[in-house]
Amino acid sequence: MRSPSAPPALEVRDLETRIDTKLGLIKAVDGVSFSVEHGKTLGIVGESGSGKSITALSILRLVPKPAAYIAKGQVLLDGEDLLEKSENEMRKVRGKRISMILQDPQTSLNPVFSVGFQVVEAIGLHADSRRKALLRRAVEALRRVRVADPERRVDDFPHQMSGGMKQRVVGAIALGSFPRVLIADEPTTALDVTIQAQYLRLLKDIQAETGLSIIFITHDFGVVARMCDKVAVMYAGRVVEYGPVRQIFNSPAHPYTKALLNSVPAIEEDVDRLYSIKGQPPAFWDMPEGCRFEPRCDVAMQRCKTEYPAKFARAAAESGGHCANCWALEEPEWIPSRF
Amino acid sequence: MTDSPLPAVRAVGAGTRKRPGFWRGLRRLPLIPIFVLVVLLIVPALSADWLAPHDPVRGSIPDRLKPPVFFGGTWEFALGTDRLGRDILSRLMHGAKVSLSISLVGILAGGVLGTALGLIAGYFRGLADAIIMRLVDISMALPSILLALVLAVTAGPSFQTIIVVVTFVLWALYARQVRGEVLSIRERDFVARARVAGASDFRIIVRHILPNAANTIIVLATLQVGSVILLEAGLSFLGVGIPRPTPAWGLMVADGRQLIVSAWWIAFFPGLAITLAVFALNLLGDWMRDKLDPRLKEV
Repeated sequence: MRSPSAPPALEVRDLETRIDTKLGLIKAVDGVSFSVEHGKTLGIVGESGSGKSITALSILRLVPKPAAYIAKGQVLLDGEDLLEKSENEMRKVRGKRISMILQDPQTSLNPVFSVGFQVVEAIGLHADSRRKALLRRAVEALRRVRVADPERRVDDFPHQMSGGMKQRVVGAIALGSFPRVLIADEPTTALDVTIQAQYLRLLKDIQAETGLSIIFITHDFGVVARMCDKVAVMYAGRVVEYGPVRQIFNSPAHPYTKALLNSVPAIEEDVDRLYSIKGQPPAFWDMPEGCRFEPRCDVAMQRCKTEYPAKFARAAAESGGHCANCWALEEPEWIPSRF
Repeated sequence: MTDSPLPAVRAVGAGTRKRPGFWRGLRRLPLIPIFVLVVLLIVPALSADWLAPHDPVRGSIPDRLKPPVFFGGTWEFALGTDRLGRDILSRLMHGAKVSLSISLVGILAGGVLGTALGLIAGYFRGLADAIIMRLVDISMALPSILLALVLAVTAGPSFQTIIVVVTFVLWALYARQVRGEVLSIRERDFVARARVAGASDFRIIVRHILPNAANTIIVLATLQVGSVILLEAGLSFLGVGIPRPTPAWGLMVADGRQLIVSAWWIAFFPGLAITLAVFALNLLGDWMRDKLDPRLKEV
């Protein structure tokens, strides 16, 4: 066991990523903080365009250059700040200590090479073994992601595999060098539901076996409930609510989180119209001065228009660090938080 | 014939390990163009030094202007002789060597240069892209004949000069085509995946983008052999290509021009050779394109 004082596997502090667009400088990621403990899973939830993916790319320092750049903040991997590393050092971090699985397995594999070749290549980037040994490790990696008969499948080309199988290969590539942190950017969106469930279970199993920390980016609360220990809800580039998954599901604090949870259709209720949040997320070049959710919020007050809400943490001791940014939380149960 | 209900779909540029449809694919080769090319270009080019019946450069004045065998000539000079008594057939065979070597070397040089610049422009974008693409525009705007004339006057007409001209004309086509291809490939997820796995830019370009652009490059090269032969013939015809007395097809046409009424065979046979070779190469290029174009393949 690690001592409780050991740094979390990955901690992001006050991260800010700016993008220089024709419409001006926008803050795609604006003061985002969260952390993932060893062997745990953090979910990042939010609508399309809320800054989830760019946050993930910022962690790996792969934001699209030269338009985007990381303006400030810290990304601490086992206590080491990745933002202070050189590009060469970063290349040794990517795939070796932090890996990432992308959304679409159909295009994540290079169509002109066999899958074995691609797993070998990814592993070979971080190991000096001979080809034979690499091939053995590739077969091992494919076996770990439950690809049946990996000795034969290594010679297959991506188009000979199903979508679910391809995503497993992508997983094998990502996990081939035994990273400590895995960022999964909507890895199951392109898969159908049964394959989705299998894949999520697979990730859980691997996590249990290896103590991997996972950052799971998704817009599917069902997936969050199954996979995650903690959740960060993002809206318009900021984390608006953050806490243990149970707290967020049982007593969401931010109106946006509540609205998101309301939008998930419940199977036992018979409704004619599904709930939807009125309005659109604000455009990044036209951010409201105050709370960014205010124009769409049911409980908005005068203050919300002018002042960005302070962060409030739930006072109860067992809340596990549940906090949210909303002026409606100015009540005894919640106390202002400095972080 | 056993036709399987589904066409065999293979990876683009797939490895050689197992290809069930390989032999069947071979049977669908365009045989006529290949036959024409082998007989007209490849065999003569490789064997001219041993098989050519006469010296292509030294003629004998007594044998001058002999007609081809079926037009009152003899088998000694099957396709007749030119003004200096040189055997047309021998000169054609040696000319194939010139045409083939110029198109291969020129396409290789232009292709390598253009592909490299296209990869850089498409992958890095920004300033490099702007500079390279303006150079492409400039090189496409410059008439190749003018360039050849300038080079021929300053450096003298030679094999090297014509290679430089061919390279200069070709690289821009490759650069433009490859850049366009790279622009779409670099946005595909497997490139992002490679980057996430810690691959360097160089590795991504060479390992992930280039193989995916290879089909385009191969098709372009095949389609260009014909036009390079035509370009070389045109330049030689104008006297700024291969210098006399080296036998080159374009040069032979030029030599026969003044005697086209009395001794038509001097210009006719090299002209026919150019036409057939270019035609066959274009057919082969079309076939290659159909074979390798992924858009046609996925159907």
